[in-house]
Amino acid sequence: MAEKSQSQVWIRKFGLKLFNWVAGLLILFLLWLLGGYLIYLNPDTTHFSDFGPIPTFQAFPLLWEDGTIPNAIKSSGYRLGIGLLIAICCGIPIGILLGRSRTFRELSNSPFQLLRMISPLSWEPIAVIVFVTWNQAIIFLIAVASVWPVAFATAAGLAKVDPAWFKVARNLGASSWHRLTQIIIPAITFDMLTGIRAALGVAWIVLVPAEFLGVTSGLGYSIADARETLSYDHLTAMVLTIGIIGYILDSSCALAIKRFSWHRGDEA
Amino acid sequence: MNNPASASGVHVNVEELSHRYTPKLPLTFEEVSFQAVPGEALTIIGRSGCGKSTLLQVIAGLMPGSIGRVSINDEHVIEPSSRWVMMFQAPHLFPWMNVRQNVGVGLRFANWPKDRIRDRVDEALELVHLEEFAGKNTQDLSGGQQQRVALARSLVMEPEMLLLDEPFSALDAFTRASLQRDVRQIAKQLGINLILVTHDIDEAILMADRALVMAGAPGRIVHDYKVDLPDPRERSDPKVQEMRAKLMKVFRDAAGAPHDGEDEGDETSEEDETMMNDSTKLEFSGREYSPA
Repeated sequence: MAEKSQSQVWIRKFGLKLFNWVAGLLILFLLWLLGGYLIYLNPDTTHFSDFGPIPTFQAFPLLWEDGTIPNAIKSSGYRLGIGLLIAICCGIPIGILLGRSRTFRELSNSPFQLLRMISPLSWEPIAVIVFVTWNQAIIFLIAVASVWPVAFATAAGLAKVDPAWFKVARNLGASSWHRLTQIIIPAITFDMLTGIRAALGVAWIVLVPAEFLGVTSGLGYSIADARETLSYDHLTAMVLTIGIIGYILDSSCALAIKRFSWHRGDEA
Repeated sequence: MNNPASASGVHVNVEELSHRYTPKLPLTFEEVSFQAVPGEALTIIGRSGCGKSTLLQVIAGLMPGSIGRVSINDEHVIEPSSRWVMMFQAPHLFPWMNVRQNVGVGLRFANWPKDRIRDRVDEALELVHLEEFAGKNTQDLSGGQQQRVALARSLVMEPEMLLLDEPFSALDAFTRASLQRDVRQIAKQLGINLILVTHDIDEAILMADRALVMAGAPGRIVHDYKVDLPDPRERSDPKVQEMRAKLMKVFRDAAGAPHDGEDEGDETSEEDETMMNDSTKLEFSGREYSPA
């Protein structure tokens, strides 16, 4: 009986959550629909009516079938993936050093804070000169933008690690490698993943404007191309694609945080 | 591990040991010397701040002593070893590991094969009566159960000596009593040494064969008191109560506190209160506590 009522509570809770999720999206869609309709009604803006949801959803299958969307996702995904991987590979060791070494923390604080505050896109002219291809330059921009959230979240995670765990580990015969792999990394997984999630958000934001220039593929390029050819329905379809993919990536990160977090009561 | 003949204790020799944290700070304790024979349960009691926890960490090799020497079976202690394992006031379990993983972590550090770790962990969990909790998240356990996991984590290494730094002070009276009894019983069963640091006189009497009383600043050992009582030891046993009274007198002598009938009459001082655990306080409720 108690089991039944518990499952009923869970179903009700899940149902309400699902309803709110659908309702939120529906409200957004209705606002978009209303905006599109108002644009259509105004004679000065009627030629922009393709920004509305109906032309956009009509453009979707066309763009998918001719390969525009899959190719753009593939190109942007590659740049994002490599850039983020570089950021993670550099950011986590930097974060561990920041958290473990006071000398390194004090030495690097000013330069890191200074570098962090430079807008990632302002590196673009330098990146174009330094790197042979535009692809490399964009990957550099993504890496330079997303390395800081990973590094600082890792360092913040380490600051919260109970020093007694190291004492216990040492007492039980842990080597430095064991302390790193069995204590430090699992202890800070939550913070690292939170940093990676923030980095992904930054990288995704940087990716699109970075692809406006130079390259001939990717989601940013497709938007710029649609604007130049006045294909507003294509433009909004690409913008929507960016939003959907960004949402899926962020939700995946949130799920990973939930899966790997040992903190009680964490809601990713 | 269940076979008492398979484990053995150690001979501990602490010689003229003194310690200060930094050259500018005063000594924490000085000229501490004592010996313990294999299988002996020793307790170090003293008021807060006399340096007993620091002394235990130096004996465990977690920090070096400034002067003097600690040797275990004639081996100079300079670093921690899985042969002498320390249990702290809090269990400090690794929350990302379940009970089984926590207990087996030391064996994983020692690169044991998985099947042997499993067998050994099962034995250790049986010893602390936590077999059915093996797969549980440690955050779901009570304080007493967590401390039992920490005990199993220490015992699984088959140590020759357990060093306990007030490991039950954060627990309720009933859980503490049960753990005090179990730890002593397990140590005796395995034949291993115990060195327990506590400020609880009851705990000292229930768990130790000998009590070293520390006093002063810097702390010194001022009394070496034999707790000559048969097992099992029950709190309500008149012999235990008599021994408690004697040890309290020794303790008060060491601290220079007045005795019954002197300046303070029969009143229990605030500091004496800290020397009794909750259950003692319960026992003495309704009448004045007279240590002598």
